[in-house]
Amino acid sequence: MKHLKQLFWISDNNGQHKKISRPAALFNLLLVAALWVALFWFSLRTIQIRLDFTFLGEFRIRIWNGFLATLGLSLFSLIFSLLIGILSAAGQSSSVLFIRFFCSVYVKFIRGTPLIMQIYLFFYIVGTAWGVSNRFIAGVLILSIFEGAYIAEIIRGSLLSLEESQLEAARAVGFSRRQTWRFVILPQMITRTLPALTGQFASIIKDSSLLSIIAVIELTQTMREISAVNFRLFECYLFLGILYLCLTLPVSLISERLERRFQYEN
Amino acid sequence: MKIKFQNLSKQYEPEHVILNPMDFEDEVHTLAVIGPSGGGKSTLLRIIGGLIAPTTGKLWVDSDEIRQNEASLQQYRKTIGFVFQQGGLFRHMSALDNIAVPLEQVHGYSRTKSRSRALELLERFGLKEDAGKKPAALSGGQQQRVAIARAVAAQPKLLLLDEPTSALDPEYTTEVLNVIRELKEEGMRFIIVTHEMGFARHACDKAAFLCEGSLLEYGESAQLFAHPETEQLQRFLGKLLEWNV
Repeated sequence: MKHLKQLFWISDNNGQHKKISRPAALFNLLLVAALWVALFWFSLRTIQIRLDFTFLGEFRIRIWNGFLATLGLSLFSLIFSLLIGILSAAGQSSSVLFIRFFCSVYVKFIRGTPLIMQIYLFFYIVGTAWGVSNRFIAGVLILSIFEGAYIAEIIRGSLLSLEESQLEAARAVGFSRRQTWRFVILPQMITRTLPALTGQFASIIKDSSLLSIIAVIELTQTMREISAVNFRLFECYLFLGILYLCLTLPVSLISERLERRFQYEN
Repeated sequence: MKIKFQNLSKQYEPEHVILNPMDFEDEVHTLAVIGPSGGGKSTLLRIIGGLIAPTTGKLWVDSDEIRQNEASLQQYRKTIGFVFQQGGLFRHMSALDNIAVPLEQVHGYSRTKSRSRALELLERFGLKEDAGKKPAALSGGQQQRVAIARAVAAQPKLLLLDEPTSALDPEYTTEVLNVIRELKEEGMRFIIVTHEMGFARHACDKAAFLCEGSLLEYGESAQLFAHPETEQLQRFLGKLLEWNV
């Protein structure tokens, strides 16, 4: 009876660190997987669909290119949105009122409106008015503007959480302004923002799928095109989900690990 | 070391006075600043340390006037050691780095020399095993000993301690006070804001009583504790004695 319980429950271990034994973890993961598969299988059977993934081989080069395009879009957007985020976080604490209001209006507008609306709107501004005809570049710009607002909030939050006592100590040991940034503020901010920023990268990867509505040929758009030809909607989107997970799962795992590591330090 | 202020005061808003204008001039070796909470003790210490600017008045340390511009304050702070009540260590740095990084970056020590100096101090204060630990992994008493080690590492001309034991359990309080007494025996000059009256009385040459933003009494510690003149100091000391064993 006790053994059975250990297989399902996290043992308390006398108030020590709660430990999950390896067999119990494996067993429960299998159980969860079996449930999901059963659920899918049952649903598909009800609507009388038989999955057939064999067509994927035929499209492998297009799918691979789409996968690379999504990865590229996300990486470039990460870099630009970081830049935008840092600038607008700094701008929001600027003493020049115009800059301060400009940045906070930008952050509030972006965070308060849906991405799909921004994509349509900015595509006509960025694409048509600014003359950016390359859809990949337009996609990177639009996504960076969107994610930059979220990153600005992450950075602003960590700046606010810096304790006054740390800055006072920096002055007391004789650090100059620059040294204070280099040896105190930046290292503390990086450890605080890195887990959240990594998580934001997973969001960028997922959000990039919406760029398919302006026909940026990335992973989602590729799959949409393939499914429009062969009508294998279920297989296409199921596989699409798996491909996104291949990108986002490792990123989330890294984010979780970073979070745990930095928790120990604070 | 001669410390002098003239008409020194601090207020934040017109109605929020922290320190009333005060004058002071004396040779300071070891000085305890005592008084009720909110009396302006920490503010005065920060002004002396060049961490906040006075609203009015002038300040001389070692017969040099402390000018309130950032460049000269930065030079001045290098010559002073400051220990905060708590949270003064850089939380992302190990005990060793807390001491070594300022030595290297501010005082121009080489990397090897700053590390060996930091290790020497940690060993001296019984913290050799903890050199690699971050502040969060140290006890309150250990943290304060590291903070003191950092403050004295570059041989400052004056050490300022702002209630270094107020956040500590009694057993840690003793270990920190012992460290300060040892420093005194080596000739370190310091000003300490403290609620440890035994330490103020027996380990400090002079004592100053600050109450509601005014310097009410100043003199030899032994004299000040034995014969308090003002009613405020008598009441303050009386309250402290109420629960003494």
